[in-house]
Amino acid sequence: MSTRARELFGLLPVSMLVAAGFASVLATRTEDVSEATLTYGAVFLGLCVMAHLFIRARLPYADPYMFPLVALLAAVGLVVIYRIDPELAREQAQWFVVGLLLFCGTILALGDHHVLERYRYTIAVAGIALLAMPRLPGIGEQVNGAFLAIKLGPIQFQPAEFAKLAIIVFLASYLRETGDILVRPRLRPLPFQTQLLMFGVPALLTVLAVLVLDLGAAGSVLLAVFVASLVAVIRERPSLKHFGPLLLIWGLAMLMLIFIRDLGSSLMFFGGFLALLYVATGRLSLIGVGSTMFLGGATFFAGNVSHVSDRIDTWLDTFSERRLVCPGTGEVTEFVNCQGYQIAQSLFAQADGGLFGTGLGRALLESSTGQTLIPAPHTDLIYAVITNEIGLFGAAGILGAYLLLTHRGFKTAMLANDGFSKLLAVGLTSVMALQVFVIVGGVTRVIPLTGVTLPFVSYGGSSIVANMVLLALLLIVSDHARSDRLRRGGLV
Amino acid sequence: MAILFALLVAFTSRWTVFEAESLVDNTNNRRPLLEEQRVPRGKIFANDGRTVLATNRGRGQGDDRTFTRVYPPGGLFSHAVGYSFLLNGRVALERSMNDDLTGEENEFASILSGIEDRTREGFDVVTNLDPEGQQAAVAGLGGRKGAVVAIEPQTGKVRAMVSIPEYDANRIPDDFEALNRDPNKPTLNRTTQEAYPPGSTFKVVTATAALDTGKVTPESIIDGSSPRTVSGVPLANSGGTDFGPITLTTALTNSVNTVFAQIGEDVGRDTLVEYMDRFGFNEDPKLDYPESQMIASGIRDASGGLVGGDGGFDVGRVAIGQGGAEGEIRATPLQMAQVAGTIANDGRLMKPRLTDKVLRKDGRVKERAEPDLQAQVMKESTAKALTEMMGRVVDEGTGTAAALSGIRVAGKSGTAEVGANREFTQPWFIAFAPIDAPRIAVAVTLERTTGQGGTVAAPIARQVMEALL
Repeated sequence: MSTRARELFGLLPVSMLVAAGFASVLATRTEDVSEATLTYGAVFLGLCVMAHLFIRARLPYADPYMFPLVALLAAVGLVVIYRIDPELAREQAQWFVVGLLLFCGTILALGDHHVLERYRYTIAVAGIALLAMPRLPGIGEQVNGAFLAIKLGPIQFQPAEFAKLAIIVFLASYLRETGDILVRPRLRPLPFQTQLLMFGVPALLTVLAVLVLDLGAAGSVLLAVFVASLVAVIRERPSLKHFGPLLLIWGLAMLMLIFIRDLGSSLMFFGGFLALLYVATGRLSLIGVGSTMFLGGATFFAGNVSHVSDRIDTWLDTFSERRLVCPGTGEVTEFVNCQGYQIAQSLFAQADGGLFGTGLGRALLESSTGQTLIPAPHTDLIYAVITNEIGLFGAAGILGAYLLLTHRGFKTAMLANDGFSKLLAVGLTSVMALQVFVIVGGVTRVIPLTGVTLPFVSYGGSSIVANMVLLALLLIVSDHARSDRLRRGGLV
Repeated sequence: MAILFALLVAFTSRWTVFEAESLVDNTNNRRPLLEEQRVPRGKIFANDGRTVLATNRGRGQGDDRTFTRVYPPGGLFSHAVGYSFLLNGRVALERSMNDDLTGEENEFASILSGIEDRTREGFDVVTNLDPEGQQAAVAGLGGRKGAVVAIEPQTGKVRAMVSIPEYDANRIPDDFEALNRDPNKPTLNRTTQEAYPPGSTFKVVTATAALDTGKVTPESIIDGSSPRTVSGVPLANSGGTDFGPITLTTALTNSVNTVFAQIGEDVGRDTLVEYMDRFGFNEDPKLDYPESQMIASGIRDASGGLVGGDGGFDVGRVAIGQGGAEGEIRATPLQMAQVAGTIANDGRLMKPRLTDKVLRKDGRVKERAEPDLQAQVMKESTAKALTEMMGRVVDEGTGTAAALSGIRVAGKSGTAEVGANREFTQPWFIAFAPIDAPRIAVAVTLERTTGQGGTVAAPIARQVMEALL
């Protein structure tokens, strides 16, 4: 079977899922059956087939699995959003069309992704500007304490979704150039005494610091990993200026924490950067230094930036029943029914789902008196709705689709034969996967809940459009990599 | 990356499966309550299968339709049936039968019913309660605080359960706080939640122990002089009457304290406690009723703890339904109705049952409560002898007010003195009829009043038996 035929074949389960999904939602609301709803599914599939034909024409060698996987996720998103509010589903479908147009536009405009390297500084500035925009007076909007959105007239817009693309493109091109000089080739083993000194002294200092500063278990581990990684990096005697990018990006991530006040997107960017750094240098020690610095910084700011510390309190103490004045309503109530409400309700909804879920359209979103049981069901908490309605198996299936998509992304990076392509594919894939981790992790209380979208699934124009562009970039890289391989007679 | 995703799956599993139960039970989780409000609870019927004791009122349309409980009889059945409201919880049968009333099925059956019909509905419950019996009991008590229990001896079916004051279950959502604060305790089910000194009705238990162990026969001659020293303190008969040497039958007919105190001492603490255990004392009744709304009958010390055979209680005074500092006998009206029922049923104690059957919506029987033996308390011959002795009580003794025309009745009166200066009484009457083929056994008591069991309680027992025969 040819590559493109496989892609078309991959759309088959998507079509069945769309049909079954809409039918199932319809079956539970017999009162408003309309044929229009089934056309949603048909139109969606038509669009997918058209996109497939477009890929067939422009990127004949691109990875055949990525697009069907994305279509599957978008289909699930559309069905669940339709189930929450048909009007939102209509808007989401429109955004999906816009996303597809931009997807095609990107592929048309960008025949070769290496062009991006030439504009890397422009792109970097644009990315940072996008990130800073929500803080600008007049157009910036604070949502739940975080600065993530801007408002231009009637259109609300999340620039961070696009900033993530810009920053990954910049980092990929920057690290392609500096990655090999960031670390020197490994040196001959140092004399024993020097080794002892290099490891012994920091180890001793670490122990002392732990004892003197009275750090907790987590703090101690953090410090130990940091020192060990730092020693490993220093052993290779890099010049200080090569630490530059690491420090720069760390600084940027910390600034994001302060300015945007959002731990989730900060973690997403920095995590994507570390993945790139690892691929560029092959040094695990750098990741050690980076991640401990991030965790340390995050812990520090958690105590000092009130919005971030609130989020962490809510995460650790969700079910606390201490009574306080709820800032939102001004009423005296239990913590769990105020700050903890969102996560607590998310978990209650998931518990209600169990192994197989209640069935599409049958989850309780609000009580009979109209009180919200799942806040923000179409955006932040869409994963909780999915778990409630299609259960652990359905949710695990969604995560499986993301994991497969991630795998195809990394596979693309492995097939690519130049540094920039490799780094770009890894960066884009990681940042997408990390975004999934940040939001699903938040909803399932693995990490503090922050407001990022579930890529391709959540309601939101910026999200779906930006992620379609991300997919376009990945497919372009993949097309180049695989056509090169085929030309050289390799297997793909 | 795979590890991070595994972590997500692990946590999703944690919430959906491993910790799902504790999340569902979390008091801040209103989902189960809301879910339940959407399920129409099953109806509760009286024993005729027609009189509706509890039903629903629906509100709203489609998915938003919710139901609240309505109790057509008002207060008449409230202590047996209880109530179920979103904010007030549920008690009595509404609580003990909640799974059936909400239509809970096992996993397999619920999948099947999911295929057949998507809307969940509760199962109907048919009780053993008899509307006429209930009315007779309420009329008999006439507003005085007290309790009546009537049981079918052969099956354990509870035909009447009345506790006065009653409360109107329909008023629970509005008056919940006030009803619970009321000093007359209208929400307390006096038939199962309150244990009173049983007075001379307990002599039936003492007599059972003595006859069944062969210590005495109904014809044994025992000294009924008054007063007699029991445990170092003089004990007198009612009214100070000195009976002299009399038979055991005569002693029961006239409720002679000094005779039964001697018998109690003769039988001993261990044997008396052994027979009490067989009658179901010292443990919660085996009634299909919430455990939290039942207490055990037995000998209780000053702090309310149950005292066993090695408790050193004054066995002579316990034997006549009283006690001393080391422990006093206390019994629930349900327990005393079971004592009467056991003797009526040839010494076999049946598990008491409020519910008869659970019905599906199409009328098929989902579950039926079959008669269930709780204990063989005594030999059949002992029961026969006691039946005859208790017949004499109603024929010519302290229980003549319980006599029915044309039907011979067996019974025993009791009058315990209560209050700081023993200024009040707790009158009792236990009875069963007809004497040669008993179909009903009752226990009647009034709380903190004046008068004798034979004059105050016996007429109520007669009215209830008349209604139920």
